[in-house]
Amino acid sequence: MKKRVLLVDDEEEFVEALAERLSIRDYDVTVSLRGEDAIEKLRNYNFDVVILDVRMPGMDGTDVLREMKRIKPLTEVIMLTGHATVETAIEGLKLGAYDYLLKPCETEDLVGKINRAYEKKAEHEERIRDARVKEIISSPRAALKGD
Amino acid sequence: MDGKCGIVGEAGLQFFGRITASVSHEIKNVLAVLNENAGLLEDVVLMAEKGIPLDTERLKRMAGSMERQILRANGIVENMNRFAHAVDEKVQEVDLNETLSLLVALTRRFADMRGVTLEPVYVDSRVLLISNPFLLQNLLWCFLDFAMEVAGKGKGLKIVADADDRVVRIRFAGLERLAERDTPVFPSEREMALIEALEADFSVDPEVSQVIMTLPRRRYI
Repeated sequence: MKKRVLLVDDEEEFVEALAERLSIRDYDVTVSLRGEDAIEKLRNYNFDVVILDVRMPGMDGTDVLREMKRIKPLTEVIMLTGHATVETAIEGLKLGAYDYLLKPCETEDLVGKINRAYEKKAEHEERIRDARVKEIISSPRAALKGD
Repeated sequence: MDGKCGIVGEAGLQFFGRITASVSHEIKNVLAVLNENAGLLEDVVLMAEKGIPLDTERLKRMAGSMERQILRANGIVENMNRFAHAVDEKVQEVDLNETLSLLVALTRRFADMRGVTLEPVYVDSRVLLISNPFLLQNLLWCFLDFAMEVAGKGKGLKIVADADDRVVRIRFAGLERLAERDTPVFPSEREMALIEALEADFSVDPEVSQVIMTLPRRRYI
């Protein structure tokens, strides 16, 4: 199954070119130009990894990250920053971002981080499934509980 | 006087720092687009070497994108150059429309980040004034920064210039939040120091949601 990636950045030509490059590498890519739109897309679809620009008009990257972690905590987020300082990235990491990259970035670096973030999500989901199975085995009534 | 000179100097450095940081961020964004297109070109060549036919429409799109970004970067650098030259002379003839136009171009990104739309309205005829170009830009920026703060998201901020024989006026209108209690203090010590240095004047009118900056002029063309 293809890895599902959501690209969030207000620079349209940047996300279009990056989306094409990731599609060539066999990722299932969706693009969003605004934080609010990205959150709506995340609400309706289970992305594996989000690539998120730190500075955007309207809802900025840090607020978007916070909300994404609230609604889909297992989805990994990689922050893209154009700033020379790493302070914004550090704040993102504290809020639960998986990693960050400075723009412009090497696509192979980004691909490497996407793949590692995907693996982390997959492992986390596996542990959750295992925990649920153990719960059901120890208490069959647990199978009747909702998510 | 030394204290006020210090405040004006510090304000100038802060202004210069903010603008150059913003310009560098914009240029980084351009480089990011060019970087992705260069990488995409590489990918397309690799695919062609593996026997996948070249998609000429895709190549045209990439070329168009790169051309647009180069034009964009050229505009950014030209504006930066004009801004840098504002410190060449302490006193000189300044074109009001050009000054406003440059300020709007340099600060549009700040407005975008705040969800504010800048709507400059220029004077019909060419208006010159004798002033310190850099301090003038600095004071205009202070007014604009405050205006964006109190315009609120999704609002149009009108910047209207007009002039008569003695003064030029720049009116910042559409300041919907000007009457609110938690608006920042304006003008602060920094703005007052710049206003005094330029022999300017100002008025803040919450009832009509506007702030006006007035500057003396010495000559009319």
